[in-house]
Amino acid sequence: MTLEDLREIARTEREKQQEFPRKIHVCTAAACLSQRSDKVKAGIEARIKEKGLEKSCHVKGVGCMGLCAAGPLVSVEPEGKLYQGVRPPEEGSDTTDIVDSLESKNTAVERLKLDPTLPFFKEQVKVVLENSGNIDPERIEDYISADGYEALLAALTAMTPLEVIEQVTKSGLRGRGGAGYPTGLKWSTVAKARSQNNTKFVICNADEGDPGAFMDRSVLESDPQRVLEGMAIAAYAVGASHGYIYVRAEYPLAIKRLKTAIKQAENLGLLGNNICETRFSFRIDIRLGAGAFVCGEETALINSVEGKRGTPRPRPPYPAQEGLWGAPTLINNVETYANIAPIVRKGGAWYAGIGTEKSKGTKVFALAGRVQNTGLIEVPMGIKLRDIIFRLGGGIPDGRNFKAAQTGGPSGGCVPEQYLDMPVDYESLAKVGSIMGSGGLIVMDDTSCMPDVAKYFMDFCRTESCGKCAPCRVGTTHMHNLLEKITSGAAGEKELALLEELCTVVSQTSLCGLGQTAPNPVVSTLRYFRNEYMAHISDKQCPAGVCKTKPAAKTAEVGK
Amino acid sequence: MSPAAVEIKTLQIDGRDIGARADQTILEVARENGINIPTLCHLDGLTDVGACRLCLVEVKGSNKLLPACVTRVQEGMEVTAHSPQLEALRKMIVEMLFSERNHVCSVCVSNGHCELQQMAESLGITHVRVPYLNPKLQVDASNRRFVVDHNRCILCSRCVRVCDEIEGAHTWDHFGRGIDCRVITDLNQPWGESDSCTGCGKCVHVCPTGALVEKGRAAGEMRKRQQFLPYLTLMREGRQ
Repeated sequence: MTLEDLREIARTEREKQQEFPRKIHVCTAAACLSQRSDKVKAGIEARIKEKGLEKSCHVKGVGCMGLCAAGPLVSVEPEGKLYQGVRPPEEGSDTTDIVDSLESKNTAVERLKLDPTLPFFKEQVKVVLENSGNIDPERIEDYISADGYEALLAALTAMTPLEVIEQVTKSGLRGRGGAGYPTGLKWSTVAKARSQNNTKFVICNADEGDPGAFMDRSVLESDPQRVLEGMAIAAYAVGASHGYIYVRAEYPLAIKRLKTAIKQAENLGLLGNNICETRFSFRIDIRLGAGAFVCGEETALINSVEGKRGTPRPRPPYPAQEGLWGAPTLINNVETYANIAPIVRKGGAWYAGIGTEKSKGTKVFALAGRVQNTGLIEVPMGIKLRDIIFRLGGGIPDGRNFKAAQTGGPSGGCVPEQYLDMPVDYESLAKVGSIMGSGGLIVMDDTSCMPDVAKYFMDFCRTESCGKCAPCRVGTTHMHNLLEKITSGAAGEKELALLEELCTVVSQTSLCGLGQTAPNPVVSTLRYFRNEYMAHISDKQCPAGVCKTKPAAKTAEVGK
Repeated sequence: MSPAAVEIKTLQIDGRDIGARADQTILEVARENGINIPTLCHLDGLTDVGACRLCLVEVKGSNKLLPACVTRVQEGMEVTAHSPQLEALRKMIVEMLFSERNHVCSVCVSNGHCELQQMAESLGITHVRVPYLNPKLQVDASNRRFVVDHNRCILCSRCVRVCDEIEGAHTWDHFGRGIDCRVITDLNQPWGESDSCTGCGKCVHVCPTGALVEKGRAAGEMRKRQQFLPYLTLMREGRQ
């Protein structure tokens, strides 16, 4: 495979696609599939056959189009028409109506129409998701026709590893897994690290576990080749020849598409030995996570890949020095790798032109909770939280009032109304006591009780704690019990004081990120919604009407 | 290693200037110099895991507390091993350990010889501020000579490591996560039915509490003998 071969494949594919004046895209990512979009696709194909339109209309299963709340989604190109909530043939005439409307005016189809000029679609800036909803995730040719693997081959043939790292550094890209560590710096550390017999590893962290977050799943389901390409470029830059994708077993579709993608890339010689007739060889294996949130922590993930119990190791040594099987290891998140190909293709300076001074580029958010348009969005860093929720998200349903936005999952915090006009970037979110996190964004309205929300996340941390270190193992359990007491109206101020002390101890003394950040939801809700805690404690009432508080016969004593 | 290859670092612990070999940990150096940093999961001769979090120290320039047992010394390091803040954190961790299971000293075979008990004494813990969880856990007395009482276990994992690293049997391992985590023999079989256990008893003697004990001991009668460990490690190093 050379650059010419690659462009030949792209040309053939484009020509093949241009034979069809019309294309119908049916979303086949998990959310729409769960609404049987596969049957929708079959229905549309059948109708097209009936109508004899096979020659002029191509039906393609594509990745996520973003607005998961309105799925299954179908789009008709080149007109750019969008249809929502399309039911399979056995549930109505949706599929036949869409096909029939291609030729003649069909007013019946109006009921399915979704306005593609909505802010939800118009105000996104797509880098990671540029191909999502456009290409067939199960065909590498489609990816190549969208400039896929151009970046890898350009890097291999025209750039030194150092130049690749330079572009990534220049782009200002920061780790999208949540912590926001500068990617270029991480790469150059691993590139500089020395190891026995020059073994180094590249790992893709696809163990997305935050409740309500589905960015990585969507990227893997919609555009798996992009992640492989990013990993291959990373491997070339740091000098690795073997990569692992650690993906959770709960994502069967993502795993299936990854497997297909790896096989197709290997068949074309884009993975394997002597890629593009250079000395660079790279293979990728998949490792499945067995459903432990803590395995998203990099050292626990490494243990898990090694076949050990998935518990974290103390850092330092960092994986960049001593990682998988003691070798220098580069670990990045799915979204980080998905940003690499465009950065190499268009240059680091182009990427640095998007976003804010310290947070460059775009960020994919999984918009969930009490918001009109739940789904997947990609926005430039620095966008106002208000714009995300009220413009793209379409506001709060049922005319209710916004209360808080939860970012960063169980490690994050809540952003209350007074900070809605804050720019969304790493620093600003940290300043108000939350974190960027991997991109989960849960909107809450006045029907949410904040102590109850904190309890939910603490319950999550408690059950996901690995049990290795004492503060996290015991502390999260105690904090959950105390929150349980508070929300049931059985707690006094003593319990609240103890809860606050435990927050400090657990965050300062826990071994890994899970424990260190587990108190965050409590700390942040206490910071902004202390009055709600006090209502549960002093008045034995839940202002939001969520908790079943019962006036305690006697407040249980803490300690003796 | 030739003597010339030994690299020396100088650092400060609690304001004292101290010299150390570059491959030493803060804990090793501190103990050599008579500075006591409390530990429960650490044991000379076993690899360190940094799990009990009692040896956390402040290091100037680091915004996080670092476990002394796994942190290597660095030139010019300024370590604070004792401060009111650290003592308070250590107290709370030990109190949490007491609250986690069932540590009623008066009826325990290890009473008076228990590292957890000694730790509480040395930290000046007089009562436990967090509520006791009091889980009902099993006592496995199926082994001919030993008993494992999960109610007394603090999950320091010394038994797991000594069995794996010194005895080479890997009979012990962890099971479950979070608060439900506990040590198991083989694939969670009764200890007496374990195929891999050699019956050497090392796990019993490295256990800091009354979780692993010899049969037939009354309250306060179980004394652990851990002296063999550094010797075994030395012997092994000598053979390599």
